[in-house]
Amino acid sequence: MSDAGDAVRAERLVVRYERTLALDGVTLTVHFGEAMGIVGPNGSGKSTLLKTIAGLLSPSQGELHVLGTQPRKLRPGAIAYVPQIEAADWTFPATVWDVVSMGRFPGLRFWQPFGEADRRAVEAALHAVNMYDLRKRHIAQLSGGQQQRVFVARAIAQRPQLLLLDEPTTGVDFETEEALRRVVRSLVDDGLPVLMTTHDLDRVGEWFDRLLVLDRRVLALGTPAEVVESGAYASIREHTHTHGHARAT
Amino acid sequence: MNALLVPFQYAFMQRAFVAALAVGLLCSVMGTYVVLRKLSFIGDGIAHASFAGIVIAYIRGLDYYVGAAVVAVLTALGIGFVHRRGNISLDTTIGVLFTGAFALGVFLMSRLKNYAVDLQSFLFGNILGVSLSDVLFIGILGALIALTVIVLFRGLLYTSFDPVVAKASGVHAETIEYVLLVMLALTIIVALQSVGIILVAALLVTPAAAAYQLTSRFSTMMTLAAAMGIFSTVGGLYLSYFLRSSSGATIVLLATVVFFLTIGIKQLRSASARRA
Repeated sequence: MSDAGDAVRAERLVVRYERTLALDGVTLTVHFGEAMGIVGPNGSGKSTLLKTIAGLLSPSQGELHVLGTQPRKLRPGAIAYVPQIEAADWTFPATVWDVVSMGRFPGLRFWQPFGEADRRAVEAALHAVNMYDLRKRHIAQLSGGQQQRVFVARAIAQRPQLLLLDEPTTGVDFETEEALRRVVRSLVDDGLPVLMTTHDLDRVGEWFDRLLVLDRRVLALGTPAEVVESGAYASIREHTHTHGHARAT
Repeated sequence: MNALLVPFQYAFMQRAFVAALAVGLLCSVMGTYVVLRKLSFIGDGIAHASFAGIVIAYIRGLDYYVGAAVVAVLTALGIGFVHRRGNISLDTTIGVLFTGAFALGVFLMSRLKNYAVDLQSFLFGNILGVSLSDVLFIGILGALIALTVIVLFRGLLYTSFDPVVAKASGVHAETIEYVLLVMLALTIIVALQSVGIILVAALLVTPAAAAYQLTSRFSTMMTLAAAMGIFSTVGGLYLSYFLRSSSGATIVLLATVVFFLTIGIKQLRSASARRA
């Protein structure tokens, strides 16, 4: 039975890509008003876990409750998923405003116009990530960090009940990372549950309330301090620094 | 002056112009999605696949365009199904299914003793042969497609830019893709009579690709594509009257000229922006 107080509850979750085992018996709970970081080496199932919680992949075994139900039974707009920026076609004919506006689409029926409330939500999201002044710019003309902020703004404009971020700090400069961290922390303080994968192990204590160390299975789960103490973090840290993404300067 | 208006004096030309206008508009609106979703191959594929429907309709004594429409829609749905369920790339799926359907048409035709269908008109189109009932058929189908685009506008836009995120946030991306494929199949059938199986893909791709060179907004791209599409179909038909050329080929050639003009305009704009 799902606990209504949990944003996400996964029990013994198994996910396969054809014959490849991507997640092997993952159990975790994410509470409202909590930011949980997911760290692990490349191919450890971090993105798979986010996609499964988002309803993009189906678990082959185990139980998954998101906001009290199965992901695909949620109302439109309940989950905001921020993918890695490489996933999108940045030559698409759209401005920053257009892309952030898309965050409002899931909550609108076809007969409902894009109204004043939607415009205000888009403006607020653009201000939150400091992109309002670039709202008329074509998305192809943005830097990687700005593209990342546009994706986060789209998620904020959606006003979701659960936010999933897939490595939003990869390839961005320190200033952008700090801006994103402040936005995410402010959303968490307002009660939003956030799950975020990252390769950046240096600032996990500032980003997250709890940390999940994943390598297809859960290696450790607790506060960043507890996880560091557990020793699981050290081996991942070494592996991630060897194979993980380098931070842009 | 009167000489320039001569084409509009004939009833068959008036019907052809109405058909050209509708086909130009429909193809370029749908073509916007085709270009942005990188589905250019699909127009060619579905058009070729519809050939099987024409032969089956001939055998069964049915209307050729109804046969073509049924096979085109089935092929489009089949492409979507095999692509998604079989986890096979869209290009490969289209390549396999359209050649399969086309081969079925050739196979069935080869077994007929007295095949008397005018293949030429299906391969290259015959817009001058459009009847009043054809115009009505085009109008009804066009209205249906336009209505669907209006209803699904936001979902189509979102899934064209970022289908994964759209799906994660609750947009029915899979359903929208199937609806789009069916609309594409019907658009292709509508356009078959104007430009034929061989050239129909050009009407879907060229005006939208030309518009893509000139704008960074989706709605502007769709509007420009519609204007260029109508210009190409109506203009091409008009020119073909005076040039005594194939209307389908003239339409596509005019669209191609417009495409290269937009590339030139884009280059000039880039050069002038670099200088500024």
